Amino acid sequence: MWTGQQPEVWQVAGPMIAAAMTFALGSRGRKTLVGVVIALMGWSTLGTIVKLIGEGPYLHVIGGWVAPLGITWRIDGLSAVMLVLTTLIGAGISVYSLGYFGTSSREQHNETYFWPLWLFLWGSLNAVFLSGDIFNWYVTLELSGLAAVALITLSNKPDALTGGMRYLIIALVASLFYLLGVALLYGEYGILDLGGLSKAIEPTHLTMVAMSVMTIGLIAKAALFPLHFWLPPAHSNAPSPVSAVLSALVVKSGFYILLRLVIEVWPAEMTHALAQGLGILGGAAILWGSFLAIKQQRLKRLIAYSTVAQLGYVFLMFPLMTIGWDTDTNWTSRAFAGGIYQVVAHALAKASLFLAAGVLIHARGSDDLEGLRGLGEKLPLTVTAMALAGISLMGIPPGAGFFAKWMLLTTAIYSQHWSWAAIMLIGGLMAVGYLFRIYRRLLTHVDHGTFHQPSRIMEFAALGLAGLSLLFGLSSMPLLYVLRIGMPEQLTNYFWGMM
Amino acid sequence: MTVMHLFGLTGVALFCIGLFGVMTKPHLLKKLLSLNIASAGVFLLMVALASRGDRPDPVPHALVLTGIVISVSATAYAVGLAARLHRATGMVTLEVKPEDDA
Repeated sequence: MWTGQQPEVWQVAGPMIAAAMTFALGSRGRKTLVGVVIALMGWSTLGTIVKLIGEGPYLHVIGGWVAPLGITWRIDGLSAVMLVLTTLIGAGISVYSLGYFGTSSREQHNETYFWPLWLFLWGSLNAVFLSGDIFNWYVTLELSGLAAVALITLSNKPDALTGGMRYLIIALVASLFYLLGVALLYGEYGILDLGGLSKAIEPTHLTMVAMSVMTIGLIAKAALFPLHFWLPPAHSNAPSPVSAVLSALVVKSGFYILLRLVIEVWPAEMTHALAQGLGILGGAAILWGSFLAIKQQRLKRLIAYSTVAQLGYVFLMFPLMTIGWDTDTNWTSRAFAGGIYQVVAHALAKASLFLAAGVLIHARGSDDLEGLRGLGEKLPLTVTAMALAGISLMGIPPGAGFFAKWMLLTTAIYSQHWSWAAIMLIGGLMAVGYLFRIYRRLLTHVDHGTFHQPSRIMEFAALGLAGLSLLFGLSSMPLLYVLRIGMPEQLTNYFWGMM
Repeated sequence: MTVMHLFGLTGVALFCIGLFGVMTKPHLLKKLLSLNIASAGVFLLMVALASRGDRPDPVPHALVLTGIVISVSATAYAVGLAARLHRATGMVTLEVKPEDDA
């Protein structure tokens, strides 16, 4: 059967079809449909990985229309790891959302629009991770951006509308910057496809301009300091399952494109300066984001600033990767594995934190940090989820974040780049500082009156994702085994030795 | 200087004017208009680039068409959102609250 040979098709088609169906069906059969989508995505991701391991990296030409007018998908280790991530987090968020919305007519109305938009967002994120040409990325970024803004503004509250509007304008400007770069590259080389572009590209002034404008656009999408200012209001005012997907996956799509361009397209002479710049901004993001997280008085705002800080670690992979690009590629592959693992670890932990925050806010009716006192006794599962996710975020073993930060830190120390190492260590301490502001209040024995029992399914979803962030820390080899397939040798040779 | 260069540079100029508008005008509709001017600039640049060879290159035209569709939908959605924001808050600008100053 053709579907059996091309499981990757369902990564995008599955959620999109389901989105149209929930829109038509309304609340009828919603649980069944969500169950079918999760099963389909799990099967499709597994099938894609089996095919990838069997055949090596491959292309999928949609409808048989070849580039440049057709769309070609590329499946290799990096895209497969991102698909695993969207599948796990997508499943967690979907299960959680079944219990999230209340029974009032306002909440029912929100839920009717939540499902199609969320499934569209899921499908378009997968499309970002599967695409292999620079113009398609523009289209898929716009798709996911518009769906994300619509989800933020779902509640119709003034704060959410303002946060969403600001995000929308930033996202549109960022896309235009990116598109300008695409136009310049196409004008110079006449190629949009990543593979062709990487062979044709020359270190000219025009390439430099294209690289600069595309990088500006993408770091705005990825909320890298100093273009992070839109993130906290947008992420903290969205409904909790939406905050989770925004922080875990949507900001990563901009990063993913940036990474692809750095490792495959930009000429090696030019990446060194770019990587240093991204690293400096990443280091500033760690310090500034953590500092502001410590100062926040509202739970979801604190978690949103923590996203700004944790994204900083991801961007530290760029300067660390270029250290040994020509000489000792052990550094490069260590930094690469650490950076990707940080993406995975942060996505799982942060999704879990936002979902757990949603449970706590539901229980208390407010997201004031002081109001959390005494909830630890009443919602032990949720507090456990928060603690497990925090272990990963703070970089304590055996969380997945520990492995990621260990790889990045050891690269910096062994190659004697002390400033990067110092920033990572300080950032880790600051993460302890802001997360314990939450735990301290949760674990005090004070009873504060109002308490609504939240749905159990929400607690289990948050706990499940937190558990996964621990599981990936206990066993990092399966993911690295997949990651290595079809990636350039400099990025993976260290792990060849370990496997 | 060829016609292609003239159109291309006009496109870049439009992009810069639009960008300036987005950053300096507080009114949301002016921001959205500026965004459209900036995207028109990028599209003009792409169309100009299509005339590089002996024959016009069809690919940039396909790209610009896709871009226009996206730009129209995004603008429509943004105007709708701005109207909703106006209904909910009575504001036509994005107010900056002290806690957002980061």
